[in-house]
Amino acid sequence: MNANATPPSTSHYPTATNVQKPETHTLSVLVDNEPGVLARVIGLFSGRGYNIESLTVSETEHAKHQSLITVVTTGTPMVIEQIKNQLDRLVPVHRVVDMTTSGKAIERELAMVKVRGKGDNRVEALRLADAFRARVIDATTESFVFEITGKSDKIEQFVALMLPLGLVEVSRTGIAAIARGPDPM
Amino acid sequence: MVAAEQQKRQDERKRKPIMTKHTATNDTTEPRQMTGAEMVIQAMADQGVKHLFGYPGGAVLPIYDALFAQKDVRHILVRHEQGAVHAAEGYARSTGKVGCVLVTSGPGATNAVTGLTDALCDSIPLVCITGQVPTHLIGNDAFQECDTVGITRPCTKHNYLVKRIEDLPRVLHEAFHIAASGRPGPVVVDIPKDIQFATGMYSRPTEFPHTGYHPKVKADPAPIRAAIELMARAKKPIFYTGGGVINSGPQASKLLRELVQATGFPITSTLMGLGAYPAADPQWLGMLGMHGTLEANMAMHDCDVMVCVGARFDDRITGRLDAFSPNSKKIHIDIDPSSINKNVHVDIPIIGDCAHVLQDMLHLWKSEKKQADKKAIGDWWKQVDKWRARKSLSYRPSNEVIKPQYAIQRLFELTKDRDTYITTEVGQHQMWAAQFYHFNEPNRWMTSGGLGTMGYGLPASVGVQLAHPKALVIDIAGEASVQMTMQELSTAVQYRLPIKIFILNNSYMGMVRQWQELLHGSRYSESYSEALPDFVKLAEAMHAVGIRCEKPGDLDHAIKEMIDIDRPVLFDCVVDKAENCFPMIPSGKAHNEMILGDSGVSLDDAITEEGKMLV
Repeated sequence: MNANATPPSTSHYPTATNVQKPETHTLSVLVDNEPGVLARVIGLFSGRGYNIESLTVSETEHAKHQSLITVVTTGTPMVIEQIKNQLDRLVPVHRVVDMTTSGKAIERELAMVKVRGKGDNRVEALRLADAFRARVIDATTESFVFEITGKSDKIEQFVALMLPLGLVEVSRTGIAAIARGPDPM
Repeated sequence: MVAAEQQKRQDERKRKPIMTKHTATNDTTEPRQMTGAEMVIQAMADQGVKHLFGYPGGAVLPIYDALFAQKDVRHILVRHEQGAVHAAEGYARSTGKVGCVLVTSGPGATNAVTGLTDALCDSIPLVCITGQVPTHLIGNDAFQECDTVGITRPCTKHNYLVKRIEDLPRVLHEAFHIAASGRPGPVVVDIPKDIQFATGMYSRPTEFPHTGYHPKVKADPAPIRAAIELMARAKKPIFYTGGGVINSGPQASKLLRELVQATGFPITSTLMGLGAYPAADPQWLGMLGMHGTLEANMAMHDCDVMVCVGARFDDRITGRLDAFSPNSKKIHIDIDPSSINKNVHVDIPIIGDCAHVLQDMLHLWKSEKKQADKKAIGDWWKQVDKWRARKSLSYRPSNEVIKPQYAIQRLFELTKDRDTYITTEVGQHQMWAAQFYHFNEPNRWMTSGGLGTMGYGLPASVGVQLAHPKALVIDIAGEASVQMTMQELSTAVQYRLPIKIFILNNSYMGMVRQWQELLHGSRYSESYSEALPDFVKLAEAMHAVGIRCEKPGDLDHAIKEMIDIDRPVLFDCVVDKAENCFPMIPSGKAHNEMILGDSGVSLDDAITEEGKMLV
């Protein structure tokens, strides 16, 4: 990504003066749900060398055929500003809202975590799942699948705890975000 | 087989009366039944399209059939799809209208990609219709199938694949709207062959449902006021303008002239913006950037207030970024918010169309009776005049060989009083043309700035000549560039377009050779134009006229002869092989570290090791 490359100090190119620190931002992008719209958004990120750390897409307004894309990205403030402007320039994009700067936003993620084990490990996994308010959504005599929702760091921590207890695999939705209070985005 | 099919169709037409008549009537809001192919032509007619540049093929035959039956849109047959797009670019750039292209699927579409990317980089409005294999074969690796919308997604402003005939009328008109509005750009409409054959109801839509696309043309008043205040306090101001002023239309150029004259500030421009401000005016400093004049670049470096109008702080302009105009407050007027703060941090961004913003600025400047700081501006001009006196464009004249700069100077002197349009290819000749050919009006200068496409100029001149049949259209070319799209000379011959191709022939890819001399120890790897054609004979073989000139003394006579011939001319102007294009800001250097042509600075010392890494 731009900010991580270290060009020679005499470069013609924009990164030469990038002394800003990279920041992580969550962007909500309201788009027309038409063929190729996701490719436009992703192509913009890859074509211009921006990061995607998490991406969540689903149609949210069926009547209007609109989807909400929630994308978590990292870059210097100048790059984040570029990303927002470049997204806004795409024809099917209606709005781009920076959830990180626009005030209080709630971010949640769902993960399904498969753990395999017997005896003490199995008991410990179940006990920890209870502490994290994870639900058992599938079980065999030697495995569990837990469903856990919350902020990403909570899920990270849960996954880390499951690792020595027989973690098999994790499936995560990526982050969805919404603003607090009565108003829409 | 295709020819036989076509013959059969023609025979059928002779027997049967033509079913649908296409005329650019005003009642097209009344829905009428027609095929998809007919809708394409009808939509163009409704949009006022007079010329369409294209090349037929299997997946667009229905559209060519619809073309055959009408007289509103004239089709210009090019020799390669890249040529079609460049011709449409020249057409669009010289008229301010949307250029139109029609190509087939697969190779037709991929050949158009260079032109589309070029149009995107230089913000040229185009609508390119591409044929596609029938919908049921899409994704099937069918003959001449390619993922056109996938391939052209990053090189267009927007693109469509039309899978339902009901969508076609809206999409066609929306394509024109998107291409021409906001920051202009190319739009591709990919139409499968079965949709071209399908029948549906056509009417010209009156509005577009896209609620997400609303380019902002009128700017907020607050930053305009702040800009005016800053300009009135400026001690060492400069206007830095670009292609956005040209795109905004002739009114923007007129307003720019008024504002520049009302303030008395010096003005420079990018390559794309030449002609927006008259080069004959004393406030004009010449082009800035990598091969800009000393006065323009030094003034940019030392200024305290920079007014950027429709330019985008491109790397060819700024040079070394952390040393770019370090002590100035910057005002940036641009219609595209993503141009703001992309490369250079600006203090007062103004988002809007140049003409609208300039009008508001001019109005405020006059109504508030703002005055520039006369004494400070006078001192600033004294400084600028010192840089000017250095005559940074000077070169060593010769009586033996034609100096390329001299050739452009003579071309300018002998054509300046005519209705002249200039296109160029890419390289040294392009920079010399920008330095020595002076433009006093917008839309007279067509060049590939952003993408730097060798082979742009010849087809572009075809488009310009079609739009301006009586004008003198000259492609200033290099012998290497011109060979990239040489085949379009046949197009010019076919349509009797008397374009003049003025080749500065130095037997090298000159700019490559110059960089190799400067950066790679004079190792001229693959930059010599070996086995050049005899351009005079080549012209004759293609039914054009060839002229060769090798002596400075013969040049004026030869140029006059070229102008007087009412046919396409290939002019082989044999110039100094070793001439370099100066002044030059070397890679990795700042505006105040230019190399001048006769400075005597060893080139090896001028460029650092890091600088050699850059392009």
